[in-house]
Amino acid sequence: MILPAYLNTKIAKTVIAALLGAIMLLPFKGVLSSLILFAAIASVLTVISLSGKIRVPSAFSTIPAVIKRNKTCIALSLAGILAACPLVLNNYFIDVLIMAGIYSILAIGLNVIVGFTGLLNLGFAAFYACGAYTYALLNTKIGLGFWVCLPVSALLTSCAGFLLAVPALRLRGDYLAIVTLGFGEITRLILNNWDSLTHGPNGITGIEAPTIAGISLRDLHYYYYIVFGILAVSLLIIRRVEMSRFGRAWKAIKENEIAASTIGINTTKYKLFAFAFGSFWAGIAGMLFAAKMQFVSPESFTFMESVLILSMVILGGLGNTYGAVLGAFLLVMLPEALREMQLYRMLILGMGLVLLMRFRPQGLLGVK
Amino acid sequence: MLLQQLINGLTLGSVYAIIALGYTMVYGILELINFAHGEVYMLGAYLGIILMGFFTATGVAGPGMSLALTVVFSAMFCAMYGFAMEKVAYKPLRNAPRLSPLISAIGISIFLQNFVMLTQGATDKVFPYQFGETALIISDVRMTATQVLIIAVSMLMMISLRLFVSRTRIGKAMRATSQDKTMATLVGIDVDMIISVTFVIGAVMAAIAGVMVAAYYGLVNYTIGYIAGIKAFTAAVLGGIGSIRGAMLGGIVLGLMESLGAAYISSEYKDAIAFVVLILILLVKPAGIFGRDIPEKV
Amino acid sequence: MHILDAREVSKQFGGVKAIEGVSFRIGINSITSIIGPNGAGKTTLFNCLTGITPPSAGQIHFKGKDISALPPHRITHLGIARTFQNIRLFPEMTVIENVMVAQHCRIRYTLPGAIIRSGAFRSREAAIREKAYEFLELANLEAYAESHAGELPYGSQRRLEIARALATEPEILLLDEPTAGMNPSETRDVMSLIRKVQQLGKTIILIEHDMHLVMGISDWIVVLDHGVKIAEGTPVQVKNDPLVIEAYLGKETAH
Repeated sequence: MILPAYLNTKIAKTVIAALLGAIMLLPFKGVLSSLILFAAIASVLTVISLSGKIRVPSAFSTIPAVIKRNKTCIALSLAGILAACPLVLNNYFIDVLIMAGIYSILAIGLNVIVGFTGLLNLGFAAFYACGAYTYALLNTKIGLGFWVCLPVSALLTSCAGFLLAVPALRLRGDYLAIVTLGFGEITRLILNNWDSLTHGPNGITGIEAPTIAGISLRDLHYYYYIVFGILAVSLLIIRRVEMSRFGRAWKAIKENEIAASTIGINTTKYKLFAFAFGSFWAGIAGMLFAAKMQFVSPESFTFMESVLILSMVILGGLGNTYGAVLGAFLLVMLPEALREMQLYRMLILGMGLVLLMRFRPQGLLGVK
Repeated sequence: MLLQQLINGLTLGSVYAIIALGYTMVYGILELINFAHGEVYMLGAYLGIILMGFFTATGVAGPGMSLALTVVFSAMFCAMYGFAMEKVAYKPLRNAPRLSPLISAIGISIFLQNFVMLTQGATDKVFPYQFGETALIISDVRMTATQVLIIAVSMLMMISLRLFVSRTRIGKAMRATSQDKTMATLVGIDVDMIISVTFVIGAVMAAIAGVMVAAYYGLVNYTIGYIAGIKAFTAAVLGGIGSIRGAMLGGIVLGLMESLGAAYISSEYKDAIAFVVLILILLVKPAGIFGRDIPEKV
Repeated sequence: MHILDAREVSKQFGGVKAIEGVSFRIGINSITSIIGPNGAGKTTLFNCLTGITPPSAGQIHFKGKDISALPPHRITHLGIARTFQNIRLFPEMTVIENVMVAQHCRIRYTLPGAIIRSGAFRSREAAIREKAYEFLELANLEAYAESHAGELPYGSQRRLEIARALATEPEILLLDEPTAGMNPSETRDVMSLIRKVQQLGKTIILIEHDMHLVMGISDWIVVLDHGVKIAEGTPVQVKNDPLVIEAYLGKETAH
């Protein structure tokens, strides 16, 4: 912008930015808060300009390399710690860990679509809902058990992903994202309004927990092992597919679709496959969620839920399966750790997404 | 009954249209879906309530004058939000992969929603002044003063925007920038400035829409931005994103569809109408009614 | 024997005719250059041949089969591969992965096989890697196998793109300005690679601006101007064709 010289100095810019922020806050929060914000912005910007260019600490950027070197060791100790958790932790912690496990399955599924194949999906909660409601309905209406329903809901959700993708994949980039968002919202509206089937906003109650040999695994300490067992299997399968010709084809499509088609990849087919394969895991996660809560309602499957799952994938590093798990654990456990910050959870998440895109778009475990 | 629905639809559609203009202008220049644009409208509505309360409580002016002042100040505040939003969330990402700005935009959107929820509360806020109920009654059709105001102000804004874009220097520079950013820079257009102006204009219009809607419905909630944003975006896509004329028509068509759909099809699925329209349009004619297909460069 | 036969190929974008009624034949194991001034429609012709933008009219016969309506991946399956004027690698994948992914249509295994790591999966995956190394060696890139493709120097990126195209095991290789922006030594590397490819029995079609190079390497030359074929023939014939000289140098100088 063409500014008078005195406005183009660093100090002037800092003052203007702080002033702007303070004025913007004024009508919402009053004079005192505005003054505080003014001081805060001014000092942060001053510190930044004095310390020069912001650089990610070098220890931080070597995380991926360190992990790669000690892969087996880290994997084994993590597995050991996770397996021992139910022996020492109380119900509250186990509950949190179970949610982290379920979100991990969601995140690694979404990562197949967004991270591997580069198709932004803003309606993933709809597939999560599909899995949850499939089990809820099959269980409460027909009385089918957990283990019978598991493949059924996973495959059904997979089909839903495929069916959405057939028309949607004619669109590119942002438009595809918006169509998936619209699909997610329509799904939620249907769940909310189809009273005779879904009981609308009241949701479905009385869903059974899984049983093994007639013993109910309702106790979270047992259920924990089911969730983490399934997570381990999902991780194994997804990693193996990722490192096969299928995973390579997805990544090629993400990096250059035209080049991918000229080396013989049927891009439409593989994009459909990515949607179906990624949604499959949402179906499983949805089931695990329904069986854990023994209750489902549309409010668990809002747009914010889709954004939350996407944030996990982005935080961990788009395209990085383990990163997605890390992202899920962080975003489930951090708000619990900062209980008094609970109210600010989404505020921080929003700001975090902006900062992440600005300073580390490749996420925590991504390599640039 | 039908006429009444048409009037309601036209009111609603005018609001969608002016919000849609913000989406369409930004998309025209940056090819970015400014996902947080709906939140500016929501901020405008809250500012309407806060400022109207301030002006009526302090008694600086009568209700009409207070509303005028509220509109002006709300627009000014939102202009700052629009300006700051672009500088914080989009400008640093101008050369980043396409997903980045969209995700950043989602981040801003969540941030603003929660910012308002935390500072103003999660419950509905009430507009502090009731305007006279009816202006026109023809048999059983009513048109309130606020409805007349909304339609008139919207039309006025759309006409002035068109004149601004086609007649003024900055408006012409905006069109040049949307056609070819590099060329615009080469002929001496300050592209950064044009982008800022675009965001500010979009924000001002969204703010005015917000104040008017707050006065019209009397109730405001921190989630209205997201829903209105999606609908306005639908309107922009319906008319052909990037086209100003298209955004206006798209908004009005969508408003009419929604109000007729709610009346004659199902009021529970009222919000779904926009989504269904959006999906259908994108799948059948992604370029919208007025847009043109752009072949991808190889 | 002709391996490729283009008949009256035309392509329009909106109302603009990018190429119009272009016909030519390509002999097996030959090197054909397509030349012409900027905007003559050379890349458009390549896009038609590879299915990226199918022709609006005309037919393209590859080994007697009309491929003009096929999608790009089908054409690649049949045996036509290409590179791009503006390099299109997969920059975040490693060099070897870039070549491995190109064998997608030649060496296959099933999804369950990949999940349980069946015997077929393991042997075929090993074969893919081994072959990828061979192609890297051909292009002198084996030293870079594990680096990211985006980190390679410019000249090596061009050669990697050729190696990747070769990994689809094509019969015809289309090269769109393979030496654009290269220094003389990089150009020599690419030229020797092209000759090696010809010795492997492949047919090569290239778009090239460097006339010295074109005259030296081509068996046949097709000249386009404003979307129309104005001449074709051996290098000597083309060099002396008045229409070609006119197209390149303008009317006055030609007389």
